[in-house]
Amino acid sequence: MKKSESILDTARTLDAMDPDLVIVRHAVAGVPKRIADVLDAPVVNAGDGAHEHPTQALLDMLTVRQVKERLEGLTVTIVGDILHSRVARSNIHGFLKMGAEVRIAAPPPMIPVGVESLGVKVFTSVRDALSGADVVMALRIQHERLTGSYVPSIREYSTTFGINRAKLHYAKDDVIVMHPGPVNRGVELSHELTDDRPSVILDQVRNGVAIRMAVLYLFSGRKSQSGRGEAA
Amino acid sequence: MSRILVRGGRILDPTTNRDESGDVLIEGGVIAAVGEGLDARGAEIIDAEGGWIAPGFFDMHTHLREPGQEYKEDIASGGRSAVAGGFTSVACMANTHPVNDDPATTGFILDRGRHESPARIYPIAAATRGLAGETVTEMSALAEAGAVAFSDDGRTIQDGGVMRHVLEYSKLVDGLVIVHAEDCSLVGAGVMNEGPVSTRLGLPGNPSIAEDVLVMRDLMLAELTGARLHVAHVSSGVSVAAIRNAKERGVSVTAEVSPHHLTLTDEAAIGYDTNTKVAPPLRSAADVAACREGLVDGTLDAIATDHAPHALHEKDLDFVEAPPGLLGFETALPVVLDLVRNGEITPLELVRRLSTNPARILNRPGGDLAVGSPADLVIVDPERSWLYDPAKGYSKSRNSPWAGQMMQGRAIATIVGGRLVYHVDKGVLVP
Ligand SMILES: [Zn+2]
Repeated sequence: MKKSESILDTARTLDAMDPDLVIVRHAVAGVPKRIADVLDAPVVNAGDGAHEHPTQALLDMLTVRQVKERLEGLTVTIVGDILHSRVARSNIHGFLKMGAEVRIAAPPPMIPVGVESLGVKVFTSVRDALSGADVVMALRIQHERLTGSYVPSIREYSTTFGINRAKLHYAKDDVIVMHPGPVNRGVELSHELTDDRPSVILDQVRNGVAIRMAVLYLFSGRKSQSGRGEAA
Repeated sequence: MSRILVRGGRILDPTTNRDESGDVLIEGGVIAAVGEGLDARGAEIIDAEGGWIAPGFFDMHTHLREPGQEYKEDIASGGRSAVAGGFTSVACMANTHPVNDDPATTGFILDRGRHESPARIYPIAAATRGLAGETVTEMSALAEAGAVAFSDDGRTIQDGGVMRHVLEYSKLVDGLVIVHAEDCSLVGAGVMNEGPVSTRLGLPGNPSIAEDVLVMRDLMLAELTGARLHVAHVSSGVSVAAIRNAKERGVSVTAEVSPHHLTLTDEAAIGYDTNTKVAPPLRSAADVAACREGLVDGTLDAIATDHAPHALHEKDLDFVEAPPGLLGFETALPVVLDLVRNGEITPLELVRRLSTNPARILNRPGGDLAVGSPADLVIVDPERSWLYDPAKGYSKSRNSPWAGQMMQGRAIATIVGGRLVYHVDKGVLVP
């Protein structure tokens, strides 16, 4: 969906096609929820603004569980532009719900106000945030954020918040490295971490297919049973 | 003109601190007598039993959209909505098309008000030409034409040097300068209050410090220039404290607060309802508490609705694209009666903030029940329960966060210049 489209018109248009399932991605938070409010068919949120990206969190949790065989009790550190990241928010909700500890580390202007109320521990030092971590998740940083006043430069960002082998020494020996992709190589992750273990980025991509197939399978055909749709 | 006897209500006159039961007799458009058991011969009787008889409310901050955006509202529909809410006088902001920055437009609005609106209409002129924040408007000509104050409202003057000149120049006509305090650079892309709720919803936050910084700048400029400053729709606790402090220093400042900032928090946005999007945004519970405290202790002088109609198709966009603003007239009274029910303010003091203070700040008639004063009155039933449906209201628009909610308290009758213009059972009667 694009900006400046009437939500009701969009919902009515979709409804006229009598869909089994509607997948919505929008640049502004809340649009999938408002479409789900008026639509009969189930609505899958495929990412809305800086709000949520639920299937990304599901595939990330699946990936971690495949490697660690559990989620409960793990320490998950998310590094990067938390302020603008829907991936971060969905993973925060998901991993906390499954009993993990979630830490975030970011340049201070990229830490959302009041984020500790979500239940995360907030760090500005990557070293402290990585200490004893089982999982490190680096977020993609949008190029326009690097040229505004959030951070001074790509070089400074990659030195302070980019994840490389040296920084990983603070984490547990069997730490895994994740990224929702596509990676800005040498910025969020160093080259060697992008390609090799402990990176599990390609497992994430593979699991993305499985999770989205599962979501489609579980939600199609739900319309007649559930009446009102719900944002997943 | 006819005789009207408003019989048997609780008379509330903040100018004399009168709070006792009695009648009000109206003759020839003015208040003829106030007291117990007045002679009703030949008079139309309006029963106020169990209700309040108060000077009509004066809304000093509204958007009537005429000229130029009549699809949202016009002076006729806005005026009807006003009297249905108990408002007998309404000041309207200058962000019309064309902008009210010249005497012809001011005259047009006054003329439309006289002929189309049951409520008295008072135009507020722009403070800078075209609301562009650069050149001071022709304040003496505008004041001569009938402008009651000067404001760029939501197009806040960002340049401190220009604001200084606006304040200085306004002294030429002893004008009132009204500021909508938001520093654009701190607002950034923000569309709701910055805090835990915006973080959870993933919507860009507008921090309260964007308001505070500009309030403090303008308080200091008012102190420097000695001009009369009025701070519109205060929503932040820090701003309330800054205004309180400035008043103690003797700065010539007054302030208003809106019904929504007195009662709703940023949690109202949790369902992404764009009818909760307003500027400045709904803030935290602590800010709401500070605004209520400020209203009670007199730091915030007036209640003003910031009535801001928008068409359905404009509000039916995503939360970033939808314009800020909500309807105010018909819900203001029941919403602020919450403070009376909570024991925070007396009916007399509430009426002072809805009626007397705004009339005094703008230096217009109204706000009292003195014999000889224009008969602008409202009769209030503070207990009456009713379901608010904007579609059944008088505004052309429906953007209200209270739509579909049960309300307690209502204007039963509204009298302007001795004419019954609204009665809850009959609706708006004239023009
Ligand atoms: Zn405003």
